[in-house]
Amino acid sequence: MGVRLEKPWRELTAANVAALAAELGVYQLADADGRIVRIGYAGGRTLFGLRSELEAALRAGEAAKFRTEVTAQYLSRYEELLMVHAADNGVLPPGNAADARRRTGRLSPG
Amino acid sequence: MDFEPTEEQALIVDQVRRFVREEIWPLEAKLDPDASRVEPEDHARLVAKTRAMGLYGLGIPPEFGGPDVDIVTQTLIAIETSQHRAGLYSPCFGAFGGAGLAQLYEANDDQKQRYLFPMLRGEKRGFFGLTEPSGGSDPARAIRTKAVRDGDDWVINGSKIFISGADGADFGIVFARTDAEKGRGGITCFIVDGDTPGFHVRRVVHTLRSGHYGTELQFEDARVPHANVLGEVNRGFAIANDRLTRQRIPYAAGCLGVAVRAQEMSIDYAKQRETFGAMLSTRQAIQWMVVDNEIDIRTARWAILAAACKAARGEPFRTEAAMAKLLASEGASRVVDRAIQIHGGYGVTKDFPLERWYREMRIRRIGEGPSEVQRIVMARDLFDQALY
Repeated sequence: MGVRLEKPWRELTAANVAALAAELGVYQLADADGRIVRIGYAGGRTLFGLRSELEAALRAGEAAKFRTEVTAQYLSRYEELLMVHAADNGVLPPGNAADARRRTGRLSPG
Repeated sequence: MDFEPTEEQALIVDQVRRFVREEIWPLEAKLDPDASRVEPEDHARLVAKTRAMGLYGLGIPPEFGGPDVDIVTQTLIAIETSQHRAGLYSPCFGAFGGAGLAQLYEANDDQKQRYLFPMLRGEKRGFFGLTEPSGGSDPARAIRTKAVRDGDDWVINGSKIFISGADGADFGIVFARTDAEKGRGGITCFIVDGDTPGFHVRRVVHTLRSGHYGTELQFEDARVPHANVLGEVNRGFAIANDRLTRQRIPYAAGCLGVAVRAQEMSIDYAKQRETFGAMLSTRQAIQWMVVDNEIDIRTARWAILAAACKAARGEPFRTEAAMAKLLASEGASRVVDRAIQIHGGYGVTKDFPLERWYREMRIRRIGEGPSEVQRIVMARDLFDQALY
């Protein structure tokens, strides 16, 4: 597993979301140009894991693209992706602004 | 020897137990099952309650503003505060505060002003950087991170691994070799600021714990002023070792608390669950599991309190602390395993805390010195030998 989530983007469509397994894991949402707009996770209380989370994002019209990673370590991986994004871009994704108040850590992944 | 709590201890334990059940359990029911922290406003509300109870800052010496609570009572409290889903590694989500980096109580006045007091006020956070990729059980030999004196500074190069909280810390206590010829007598402890050029948090180390992670650190010509040497040059191992011994009692108490709660859940479940026309509680196989749980729990409790009592009397307690840590971490692992077996399929779901405790309890047999090291510590004392 790399530090960054580098899988290819998929279109955020009902068909693509319906094909997702009900697994725990992390995901990234991006606009049409591939700029990450939010990082999230599907935790132990989600009804159908990643599928439920992406269905909600689709309904909200949050993004044009998405990518996922199935992992049982969804919380620590989520924190890692936030820190890597902040290291690469200087700020958190706009959809994660609320995370800044609980002081996301710093990472120098090199 | 009588390990029954005094009337005052019983009152405090009852107060803490109600706090866990009335404040922590309902809050936790709304969190992710792997969550290790609560929202800042919830944390502030919990801290206000523990302050009102006069129990905030357990572990902080009274002269530094902590409550005047002896180590035996602190141990009894620690057995209670871990009795919830996140309790093993985040007891009551930090609502009782804590000593933080206890090594800083030995710091000089300047260091106390710059690091200890801000840490106690909650303005600064620190990390403890001891373990390296070359090994953690034998830090005296495994430490390869080097510090070389250069004028008024020390220049540090090397790496650390499994370090909790370094990514969000303002400073850290870092152990480095300052004399290659002297083994444990060649290690020095440094206070390293988080924004020191050349200090990097390179990656998150994912473990069985999802809500909590370690980090890997790298030092590349990180320059630290001599004023940030904690204690004396080449005397850092004693600082690390003292911390490891003291930490074993609350570490063991946390394991015991989880075992106690797993046992309560098992008994409750066995009284409700029916198989083949009778309650599980009437089945000998289940009864024996519950009895074996109780034996593990009581054995660990006696060992932990024996260690705490010796520490309270000011007597050497290294062997007792090692025995308590070993018995509690291994016994609690068995208790949680049996509790899962009693709960059947539900035991491994995230609907119950057992699966989380099962994963996290596995780490407890390694963290703060694995079981094998505890045996080495005890054997050394029994044979009156120096550590090899």
